[in-house]
Order: sequence, then structure tokens, then C-alpha cells
Amino acid sequence: MDTDQLIRTLAADNAHRAPRVGALLTMGLLVAAPLSILIFATFLGVRPDVMTAMHNPFFDMKFAVTLSLAIPAIIVSLHLSRPEALMRGWGWLLLLPVGLLAVAIGSEAMMAPAMPMTMRLVGKNSRACLSAIPAMSLPLLAGALFGLRHGAPSRPALAGALAGLLSAGLAATLYASHCTDDSPLFVATWYTIATAIVTAIGAAVGSRVLRY
Amino acid sequence: MRGREDEWTGLMRSAMAGDDAAYHRLLKAVTPVLRAAARRGLARAGQPPDQAEDIVQDILLAVHLKRHTWDSEAPFAPWLFAIARNKLIDALRRRGRRVFVNIDDFAETLPGETPQEAASAGEISAQLNTLPQRQRDVLQSIAVDSASIKDTATKFSMSEGAVRVALHRGLAALTAKLRDHT
Repeated sequence: MDTDQLIRTLAADNAHRAPRVGALLTMGLLVAAPLSILIFATFLGVRPDVMTAMHNPFFDMKFAVTLSLAIPAIIVSLHLSRPEALMRGWGWLLLLPVGLLAVAIGSEAMMAPAMPMTMRLVGKNSRACLSAIPAMSLPLLAGALFGLRHGAPSRPALAGALAGLLSAGLAATLYASHCTDDSPLFVATWYTIATAIVTAIGAAVGSRVLRY
Repeated sequence: MRGREDEWTGLMRSAMAGDDAAYHRLLKAVTPVLRAAARRGLARAGQPPDQAEDIVQDILLAVHLKRHTWDSEAPFAPWLFAIARNKLIDALRRRGRRVFVNIDDFAETLPGETPQEAASAGEISAQLNTLPQRQRDVLQSIAVDSASIKDTATKFSMSEGAVRVALHRGLAALTAKLRDHT
């Protein structure tokens, strides 16, 4: 087939309209969410004292942190699905959860400690946190990669890492309602390690499946 | 240069609004620029220029299948050159060279530069034969026999809708094969 023939063929297909990347990303996440919620309902569940926990600002802070990771990661991943997009000017969005955590750690440090620092840091759930967040992330990561495949990222590994960040942020939001460790020190340590694992998986898989 | 790129943006807007002729003109207009850049990239990597046409076709397919990622408020050229650069780097890497492609390779192409005519382009033709029968028939009919969608539908006793679906799936499958098997 010579190039003129190819061009004619492409022009004949001009009527075909593909959905937006955002639509497919939404679809992928909506299909994956029930699986993650099933894992949550089967193995974890909401903590029993959730009604009292809601009055604890450090409990609420966990959701602010996880959502401030998930939502900007979704926005940046959609931005990067355009071939000419640069990270410049967008990376600071991903620092939001870091800033929130720093503020939370600072305010906790100024209060009279309920527990010694090492206990707050290590908590009771570190192992559960490290397995539950990645486990609940995996369906969401698959859904996110499915949606982002529809885009044209010029750096597939970076786009995959963003898919990892957004799915870890969503999974951590679920996990936060289960976990009884509310100290920002715990969140900064174990949620971060769990997120890093999922992000690494996302980057590795993304570098293969997000090429176009 | 500005004028040319503004013209591309205008053509692409019309194309997205459903003007097939504008789309055809746009693809014709960008092809010599892509070809010149592909030749230059190959030359710099010490590769024979006869593979340029494969790269050009690869770029055109990607442009077509990813055009929904173009923001119609944005200029077309940066988007096009980003895709072209990505595909060129991919192609050179596949051929075993690590080369840095400068985005200016595309932007600085002079409109008057000799638009060498289409040389051989073997990759698409080779992959065409591996497609399912129906997709291959439809692609052959439109590409090689220059039949319209309507004529193709009559020829194979298909509905026009079915021809369109086979055409689009065939193009998507070709792209996937080029990406995964080369």
C-alpha cells in the first residue's frame, strides 16, 4: 500500500468518532471499582467505631490526603494522555498530599501525644496496610490503564506511574475507613510505601501497554 | 511557517467537524514534511533512507487513530510533531539505534524542501495480509481499488455501516500489528 492509498483510506474513515480518553478512564474505573469494593467488604470492612472516629480530625485528614492524591493524579494522567503534553506546570498538583501530610504531622507534634511516637508510626496495621492497599489498587490500576490506553502519552512509563498513583489513592481512601491507625506519621510511612509499590507496578506495566 | 501551521489547524478543525475532503487535504499536506523529517532522522542514525516511507505511514496511522486526543482549541502542528517524533524515535530504536530526535527537525522543515515521492513501504502491506478476510477485503477495496464506502458495500453485499466498522477495525488492527510485531 503506498502512502497516497493509505491517506485515502484514512480519509474514508474520518467519520469514525472515538470517545474522549476521560470517558474511557471513567468507564474503566467504574468497572473496576466493584472488584476493589468486594475485596474491601470481604476482608476489611469499615471500622466499627467509625461514628466516633469521624469526630477525630486525624481520621478525616486521612481522606483529605488520599483524595488529594487520587484526584490530582486523575487530572494529570488525563493531561499526559495528549502526545504534546509536558509535566511542567502540573507536577505541583501531585505535591498536594505531601503538603497536607506535613501540616498534619506538624499539628500532631504540637499536641500532647496520646501514644509514643514509635507506636504511632508503627501502629497496629502496618502489614495489613501494605497488602490491602496494593490488593485493592490492582483492579483499579487495570481499569485506569485500560482507559489511558485510549490516549497517546509520549512517556508511557510516566503515564503508567500516574495510573498507579490514582488507583493507590482511590484504594487508600477505602482502606482509610477500615484502618484504626489515624496518626499522620502512620499514613506518611505505610500509605506511602503501599502507594510506591502500586506506582512502580503501574510504571512497569504502563511502559509496555501505554505505547501507541 | 506560521501560515502553513494555521492552515493545518483550520483543516483539522474542519476534518473533526466531518469534512472528509479537508482531512484528505491535511494528510496530503503534512506528509512531505513528515517524510523529510523521517529521512533526516534515518540519515542521522546512519540508516538507509528507504525506510522513511514505513515511518511516514506509521505516523499517519497514529495521527488518525489518536486524533481524539487533539484539543481543537490548540494549534495542530505541536500535536502532530509530538506524535511524529515519538514514532520516529520508536522506529529508530527498533532498528537498534539510540537517537535523540529534535522536535525542531519537524518544525524547521521548509515547505519548499524536495518532497521525494513515496518509495517502497513494505510494513503495512505485509501486515495487511495477516488481517481477517473481511477487514482485508474492505481495506484493499478502498485503498488499492479506490472504491468508495458505498461501492465497497455493494461489492461485498455488506451494509455501509458494516464496511465502516470493518475499515476502522482493520486500521486499528494494522496499527497494533505494526506496534507489536516489528
